[in-house]
Amino acid sequence: MKLKQISVFLENRKGRLTGALETLAKAKINIRALSIADTSDFGILRLIAPDPDAARKALEKAGFTVRESDVIAVEVDDRPGGLAAILRILSDADLNVEYLYAFIAKHTEKAIVILRAENTDAGIKTLKAAGINILKADALYKM
Amino acid sequence: MIWNRQAECMPVRELESLQLQRLKETVRLAGENVPYYRKKFAEMKIKPSSIGSLKDITKLPFTTKMDLRGGYPFGMFAVPQSEIVEIHTSSGTTGTPVVVGYTRSDIDLWSEVMARCLTMAGTTENDIIQNCYGYGLFTGGLGVHYGAQKIGATLIPMSAGNTKRQLNIMCDLGTTRITCTPSYALYLADCAQEAGLMKKIRLKSGCFGAEMWTEKMREEIETRFNLMALNVYGLTEIIGPGVANECPHKNGLHVFEDHFYPEVISPETLEPLPDGETGELVLTTLTRAGTPMIRFRTRDITSLHREPCKCGRTLVRMARITGRSDDMIKIRGVLIFPSQIEKALLEIKGIEPHYQIIVTRPQHLDEIEVQVEISKKMFSDEIRHIEDLRKKIETHIDKSINLRVKVTLVEPKSLPRSEGKAMRVIDKREI
Repeated sequence: MKLKQISVFLENRKGRLTGALETLAKAKINIRALSIADTSDFGILRLIAPDPDAARKALEKAGFTVRESDVIAVEVDDRPGGLAAILRILSDADLNVEYLYAFIAKHTEKAIVILRAENTDAGIKTLKAAGINILKADALYKM
Repeated sequence: MIWNRQAECMPVRELESLQLQRLKETVRLAGENVPYYRKKFAEMKIKPSSIGSLKDITKLPFTTKMDLRGGYPFGMFAVPQSEIVEIHTSSGTTGTPVVVGYTRSDIDLWSEVMARCLTMAGTTENDIIQNCYGYGLFTGGLGVHYGAQKIGATLIPMSAGNTKRQLNIMCDLGTTRITCTPSYALYLADCAQEAGLMKKIRLKSGCFGAEMWTEKMREEIETRFNLMALNVYGLTEIIGPGVANECPHKNGLHVFEDHFYPEVISPETLEPLPDGETGELVLTTLTRAGTPMIRFRTRDITSLHREPCKCGRTLVRMARITGRSDDMIKIRGVLIFPSQIEKALLEIKGIEPHYQIIVTRPQHLDEIEVQVEISKKMFSDEIRHIEDLRKKIETHIDKSINLRVKVTLVEPKSLPRSEGKAMRVIDKREI
């Protein structure tokens, strides 16, 4: 149920994001979802790719600082309040969300949200109990 | 204006014979009473009689900051503690400080040389001096204080900081002379302008020092405040401010060589260099009683000039300091070794020893950025954790070496690796 996310440290310098993405392109790694968190000095590129290990290795080989972490991918109704409903479940269970990013997948009516919960296992359990569909890694990669 | 015409305009021959007599006395005093020199002179078989002429000073050993630290705390003292009336320590902030002791006669000497400096800037008993050098163990504050008292000028012991109050006092009391670092003078100018106080300021001159500065900075200070800006030089190990000061002709700083004997050496060969050549300044105290200093290597880069000066002083002039012969950097008046920052960094778990120090002077005050390479261990996918780490490094550096820096995390291997001498410091200040 857990999904591996790759995070890359990016200095706030011209061409760094391009460099990271070109590294992945050369390794023929397709990105399913991504987000960038930024501060005035640095940014963190977070992404989901079908082969997280290959992605990590390629980036590390190119000199990037990489970290793998567990995230949760959930299906959300593509309608007003869809995401709010999911967050309410977690909030009621007193579970913090560190960050999240969303995308709309092809060939489906649903939106996909990638969640980084303070406690991944508890997050999965709570969402499941509330009847939320949590996507398995394979399903996500095929989208 | 000249404070002590007899001393400052003494015929060169007379001056040299006075220097020789005082040098012999200093060698005797140091060899007999300072534990460090007693041992050193015995090893090198140096006696007061070894000094037959001023040139013989080259027979004497150099003294470095490290040597002084070795004698911590009282190993460099020539008199019993009962005769010491004041103590200062050098501005290096970590490790062992250098302790310097002043007898009553040393304080008189300090007052005398600082009175000479302030008089060069035109100060008389009719002036109000605002002293913005820090009071305390730092010698700047009290050095100026003693000199102003000797002249009988009205001294305002402001000490450093609290810019708003500095400006209010300056305007309300009609300050005519100022003493501070040149960068602080420019900062004051900015603040005065912003507050619309420039028209109320009555400054006529100032003695600026304790850090490197340029002719361009002088022009700016002079134009903005409409005053005469003179360069003052000194260091704690010798006495504090008051070793040398510029006269209004601004062609080098007159060294008070009846009290401090200057040499310029090559920092590589350690051989003395002829007048006019640029090298490291070495100073020997000729009249200090508490902590006499033999051939102290200042690490400051300058040259000596003996052509007569229009002011009538016969004292040798040293050029404006243009650099240092070691990798020390002076930040906000305090000397820092890059290695001190490295040591503080490495005390934090998981930190790689790859860093670079970038010194800038936005708005006239020194700022330091320490760039540290992030390692896999330090990296998190959450901004919050990385920010916490960054702040932790900043706090740790501040705590261990008392230096406020801005830490920036950079990508691994993005900083230049050293081949031989590391380029740890990038000084972007225009000095």
